[in-house]
Amino acid sequence: MTAPLLEVKQLVKRFGGLVATDHLDLDVRPGETLALIGPNGAGKTSLIAQLQGDLTPDAGAIYFSGVEITRRPAHGRALMGLARSFQITSVFPELSLVQNVALAVQARLGHSFRFWRDASSDSRLTGPAREALEIVGLSYPSRPASDVSHGERRQLELAMALAMQPRLLLLDEPMAGMGREDGVRMTRLLNELKRDYAMMLVEHDMNAVFALADRVTVLVAGKAIATGRPDEIRADPQVRAAYLGQK
Amino acid sequence: MASSPASYRPSSDMMAITVIVAVLAAVPVVASLVGDPFLVKIATRVVVFAIAAVALNLVLGFGGLVSLMHAGLFGIGGYVVAILAFHADDSSRLFDLFPGTTELSIGLPLAMLVAGAAAAVMGLVSLRTSGVYFIMITLAFNQMLYYFFVALQQYGGEDGLQIMSDLTLFGHAAIGRMSFYYGCLVALALVLVVVQRLINSRFGMVLRASSQNERRLTAIGIAPLRYRLTAFALSGAIAGLAGALLAAGQQFISPAEMSWVRSGDLVVMCVLGGMARVWGPVLGAAVFLVLEIVLSGWSTHWQLAFGLLIILVVVSLRGGLIDLLHLVGRRGASR
Amino acid sequence: MDVALFTEQLLNGVQLGVQLFLMAAGLTLVFGIMNMINLTHGSLYMIGAFVAAALFGHTGSFLLALVIAVPATALAGALLEAAVLRHFYHRGHLDQVLVTFGLILVLNEIVKMIWGAVPVPLPVPQLLSGSVTLFADVTYPSFRLAILGVGAVVALGLYAVVAHTRIGMWVRAGASNRDIASAMGVNVELIFSLVFAAGAALAGLAGIMAGPINAVQVGMGEPVLILALVVTVIGGVGSIKGAFIAALMIGVVDTFGRVLLPPALGSMMIFMLMAVILAWRPRGLFPVHG
Repeated sequence: MTAPLLEVKQLVKRFGGLVATDHLDLDVRPGETLALIGPNGAGKTSLIAQLQGDLTPDAGAIYFSGVEITRRPAHGRALMGLARSFQITSVFPELSLVQNVALAVQARLGHSFRFWRDASSDSRLTGPAREALEIVGLSYPSRPASDVSHGERRQLELAMALAMQPRLLLLDEPMAGMGREDGVRMTRLLNELKRDYAMMLVEHDMNAVFALADRVTVLVAGKAIATGRPDEIRADPQVRAAYLGQK
Repeated sequence: MASSPASYRPSSDMMAITVIVAVLAAVPVVASLVGDPFLVKIATRVVVFAIAAVALNLVLGFGGLVSLMHAGLFGIGGYVVAILAFHADDSSRLFDLFPGTTELSIGLPLAMLVAGAAAAVMGLVSLRTSGVYFIMITLAFNQMLYYFFVALQQYGGEDGLQIMSDLTLFGHAAIGRMSFYYGCLVALALVLVVVQRLINSRFGMVLRASSQNERRLTAIGIAPLRYRLTAFALSGAIAGLAGALLAAGQQFISPAEMSWVRSGDLVVMCVLGGMARVWGPVLGAAVFLVLEIVLSGWSTHWQLAFGLLIILVVVSLRGGLIDLLHLVGRRGASR
Repeated sequence: MDVALFTEQLLNGVQLGVQLFLMAAGLTLVFGIMNMINLTHGSLYMIGAFVAAALFGHTGSFLLALVIAVPATALAGALLEAAVLRHFYHRGHLDQVLVTFGLILVLNEIVKMIWGAVPVPLPVPQLLSGSVTLFADVTYPSFRLAILGVGAVVALGLYAVVAHTRIGMWVRAGASNRDIASAMGVNVELIFSLVFAAGAALAGLAGIMAGPINAVQVGMGEPVLILALVVTVIGGVGSIKGAFIAALMIGVVDTFGRVLLPPALGSMMIFMLMAVILAWRPRGLFPVHG
């Protein structure tokens, strides 16, 4: 068995009296897609935020390709190859689509203390940015991000994550708020991407989860109550009782 | 606030900058035609404050940082030039070390350097905070600078500091009304072009992105602090240049120029003109200063009207005069 | 510095601190609860002083002037809040700065139109015009001592209200998390109107008490506003306790700075203190927001 790409050990996060992450252990192996499911308030988004560096855990450790990153700042983790898409769409509204993605390219090309040359006509930035937009299927790249539909903005987020050349994609409900048609398209897209990227996927759409995931971890009240192949999870009576039964 | 910044076309902005500079360049001609030299004096003031407002807008409009300490930085620039001239005048030494000078080719860069360094130091403290904290801290720093110069009795204290000797630029007399005006205009043109390039560079993209979504920027791997700090120092240096030009032009600088109300005025100029474009604050400075003159000649209670006008702009003209221009342009086109 | 001078300066510092606290109390709660930056707080200070001076001019009674001018300032604050500021809670900070900046110009000009540009006299009340012997040869003006006393009483009262009453609990809840507080059924809008009016009353009180010491004139509120802002950020936005401690600290440091240090440095002391504290704790000494 290969060493895990991401490893979480005994992670704890509390908000006042509320326990969001409760001595959690889990891992993501290279090339694998791990889906994280669980009822609302199970602590999925807080976990993603701790992995990405938006939140600092109270105890425990996070390792990314063997390096401890528990207290590393978010931008440092991003440069190591951890890319997150947000549950609530998070883009730069006043920039164009291509500028949004070009910023992600720019970030991995080193510092941005370049004051004179026009960034929008710099093919080292716009080239990879357009490629990423093409992969996610977004056309008309010079539209402002504030003008595109919700579904397209989710695609834009994904393009920004891809432009970071990540080693692990942290996708927080990439299909949230999407119509049926957009959702199907996103599932197909993720299915293609999963050949090239390791992913951790938080999603409520069970069809998408069972279609995409290699393994599924079920989170309830900050604890992983089960981890296994999709068919195992579907059959697990404990999971059915705690989660799937409610649907 | 911006109408549609993504449709930002650098070429049309360069065009706008060219037109603005050309119009300003024609003012002395108009002044001599109508025989009113006072016009050049007003225009000089407009150009100088336009430089300061453009500097502020770099951090305000593009960096989203509501700084209320720019009048202080502006004043520092003015005092650098005035203090150098003061020591040149009585042949004494600054800090018992440096001789003074009336040469602007030394005074202006030094003014930028000192103001930029002050902005960097104070920015380091204020930029670690955000929101209301940032606004209040910059306001407090502005007052610190103000009281500092009020207390500097050696350099005139509250009464300000007169520049007694004639300033020169590369050895030539620099303060003839016409030559000084055109000198300031060249400075404004340079500042506009530099800032225009800057906001479309990689650096500028990071700065603009940091004001729109700081969390996102961090998540893609860019920590905004050092970019903001650099922008703040740069903005301070340009504000210092403007202050130095003001002091040189009127041969005088006083703490009154750096009161926090002046800082507020600079913010109003940016918002009034329009913060979405580099050249917006130039329009704002022109309208603000001309209005100030017109209204104050009209009534002693002109500040009442001025205050109401500011409120009106906030309530109804969110994109500033630029939006008004767009509106007029669209109506003209549809006709 | 001998004991007498030291005592006098210490009392001066505490007295300034108490006055700053009266200003900062309203300011910090307004910032804390509505996340609103309000620069007109200094104008309320000015309005309180002018109303009191006018009443004193008519009646000759400082006490009567005080008793009427404080609620009058509260009313002015409530009107200001209802007519203008309320519409800017949900706007960005830049808009709030601009609108309250515009309002300062308007209010200053209105006061100038009513009372003129020259300072209006507001003398020290007769009863308090002498001085008190504290110990040995140390004397201190009664009026300043009275300010100190009133300020201390108000501060204690305010602390008691905020810390121990139901309304105070709502105020604290609103200051620490507005959304959760309103979800729990606290009428945040009403609380805010009350807090704003109360803050205005305290600002007015501070202005009235400063009147006989400084001058009652247009623009008198702005320097105090800036000091109160410094107090607010040092104490931590939304924290009454922080405002109180920071106000005393600023009052004492400013007073001694001006006495002991060369003027250029002395005038900068409190701002440098602010810079140091914020470099160490960017959200102030007692941050309220989680």
